[in-house]
Amino acid sequence: MLKIKNLKAAINGKEIIKGISLTVNSGETHSIMGPNGSGKSTLSKVLAGDPSCEILGGSVTFNGVNLFDLEPEERALAGLFLAYQYPVEIPGLSNREFLRMAYNAKLSNEGAEEVDPIDFDEILNEKMQTLGMGEKFRERSVNAGFSGGEKKKNEILQMAILQPALSILDEIDSGLDIDALRVVADGVNKLKNDKNALIVITHYQRLLDYIKPDFVHVLSEGKIVASGTSELAKRLEARGYNDIAVLV
Amino acid sequence: MKSKAEKQNGLNDVIEDSREYKYGFVTDIETETIPKGLSENVVREISKRKEEPDFILNFRLKAYRRFTEMDEPKWANLKIPPIDFSDISYYSAPKTKAKLGSIDDVAPEILETFDKLGIPLMEQKRLSNVAVDAVFDSVSVATTHKEKLLAAGVIFCSISEAIRDYPELVKKYLGSVVPIGDNFYSALNSAVFSDGTFVYVPPDTHCPMELSTYFRINNSESGQFERTLIICDKNSHVSYLEGCTAPQFDTRQLHAAIVELVALENAEIKYSTVQNWYPGDPETGKGGIHNFVVKRGTCLGDNSKISWTQIETGSAITWKYPSCILKGDNSVGEFYSVALTTGHQQADTGSKMIHIGKNTKSLIISKGISADVSSNTYRGLVRVSPTAKGARNYTQCDSLLLGDKCGAHTFPYIETATGTAQVEHEASTSKISDDQLFYLQQRGISRETAMNAIVNGFCKDVFNHLPMEFSVEAERLLMLKLENSVG
Repeated sequence: MLKIKNLKAAINGKEIIKGISLTVNSGETHSIMGPNGSGKSTLSKVLAGDPSCEILGGSVTFNGVNLFDLEPEERALAGLFLAYQYPVEIPGLSNREFLRMAYNAKLSNEGAEEVDPIDFDEILNEKMQTLGMGEKFRERSVNAGFSGGEKKKNEILQMAILQPALSILDEIDSGLDIDALRVVADGVNKLKNDKNALIVITHYQRLLDYIKPDFVHVLSEGKIVASGTSELAKRLEARGYNDIAVLV
Repeated sequence: MKSKAEKQNGLNDVIEDSREYKYGFVTDIETETIPKGLSENVVREISKRKEEPDFILNFRLKAYRRFTEMDEPKWANLKIPPIDFSDISYYSAPKTKAKLGSIDDVAPEILETFDKLGIPLMEQKRLSNVAVDAVFDSVSVATTHKEKLLAAGVIFCSISEAIRDYPELVKKYLGSVVPIGDNFYSALNSAVFSDGTFVYVPPDTHCPMELSTYFRINNSESGQFERTLIICDKNSHVSYLEGCTAPQFDTRQLHAAIVELVALENAEIKYSTVQNWYPGDPETGKGGIHNFVVKRGTCLGDNSKISWTQIETGSAITWKYPSCILKGDNSVGEFYSVALTTGHQQADTGSKMIHIGKNTKSLIISKGISADVSSNTYRGLVRVSPTAKGARNYTQCDSLLLGDKCGAHTFPYIETATGTAQVEHEASTSKISDDQLFYLQQRGISRETAMNAIVNGFCKDVFNHLPMEFSVEAERLLMLKLENSVG
């Protein structure tokens, strides 16, 4: 599904990603771990097409298409989804309106007919219930005044509505208490099947108790320095990132 | 792979300067235009042509004398090129002599013009639930649904007709809210006002339909000085909307109007404006309308309410402060505004709420959006007089910047003379960030739709107060104006 080859990228003129290669197939869950500043979030931004990132080299294909030929919205429509570490607030735009807009963009891209607000409400209500989100979230402005946990739930709600092929979860566990973490992780797990794939970016092993990865990669200074199974995450947790050298 | 520059189409790179103004056409019609220049004789000539009674002529002459003693105000945060008041024609009317108020005699070119503007006047095509008064340059050319309204007791006609047919009402209220000598432009308007709309809603009447006036400036050398007077009697309600467009000319045109509203006991007036005068060339700033307007309403009776909603998208310069004088106890004044400036446009707009009666309440919601090299200023005054015990005001001013060459300014003035008043002011300035755009794009939403959604969200509180028929239109207009502000 996703093939990253020797990717190099910079943000604000500073090289952050220094040669990453990674292949993600359908049905797989990959976890990318690493200390602050190792390039985890930058990698997710590069893949999603954040305009602040500059590609310095390498290639990325997504279902055989050169990802860099696609605008951010085209990547999204192709099935690439980024759950933000810091979701953006948009005052005055209701969550319901926003979600319907995104859903309809997907439908119209697939050549399907767009849904009207009434039909969409049914879809939305069902998804919101599974995430334990109250009705007020429909009318509230996108992420505006949401707590940290509410924002993260809102990201997973979007994921549930758009059903993307590849979801990149950027530190979806940060700022969550244990109950919220469980709800968010449950939401993600329910959406997982053998046709889609997940990249779970996290600082802590804790999240991986809830979302079980097939592969764990350790990122350090813009490079993957170790890859393995969930065992690797456990070892990492025990020894800390200072001891990365031991893992390599 | 695309180059970095192509990929990184941040907002600054994509603010383009070609914006089409689709109302810029000129109607080719013979006009009766009096020679340029302003003098007592010109004022007399206007009055004579309009066959006015003496009380109006005297009103005009008094105003003209005041005007000659006054100077142009300079306090606005605007760069106004010098206006040569002797280089303007103060009266221009289509030559085909239409009988006042008779739609059948209106020249076909004019009907066609309004058709093209989406304001059909002929019986079979007109909007069924909205009555329209169409003003072309200096005269009102047609008023629809007059008979139906009259059956409900509502008078809806041009101010010229009102002067002829309802002189007592005009005498009583004309100049009662905006006195002749209130300011330079009100004196000018009072001296040379050409036409405009008159509305009277009798007691205990809910006006059965939306009323609206559509103003069209066609002549390149004439100014438009219209005068609107709306009186809503006890326990009555009226909702009124004005729209404006003008052709595309290289020269600046002056539009100096006065709108006076009077709400008696328990009455409610809702006044909405969608202003789309020609804004001038977006690249050079050449041409466009100077929109210098005095709009004021008095809540004369207890428990009355006046609500202003304005969507200001046009004009080279907009300078206006729709205001409420809250005299009646428990009266309410509201002001909802979206002012969009693009290209070289300048706007200095806001509201004044003057609390005089007890427990009066006012609300100001102002949204300024600036793009390109435009400048957008909110200026507001909330004054609480010693008599206004328990008065309350809430003001919220938000500015949204698109790009980094435009400007947004806020000048709120608050004067309270009583300890029991509660006055709140909140202000914010934000930029549409690349982050917000990217977030929506990451959900598959196109950049343009994303921009529209963000701007729309910003304006939501105001759009919600427009009459249903017009809120969609206003949204569309705003999107049209911003079309090229996003790549």
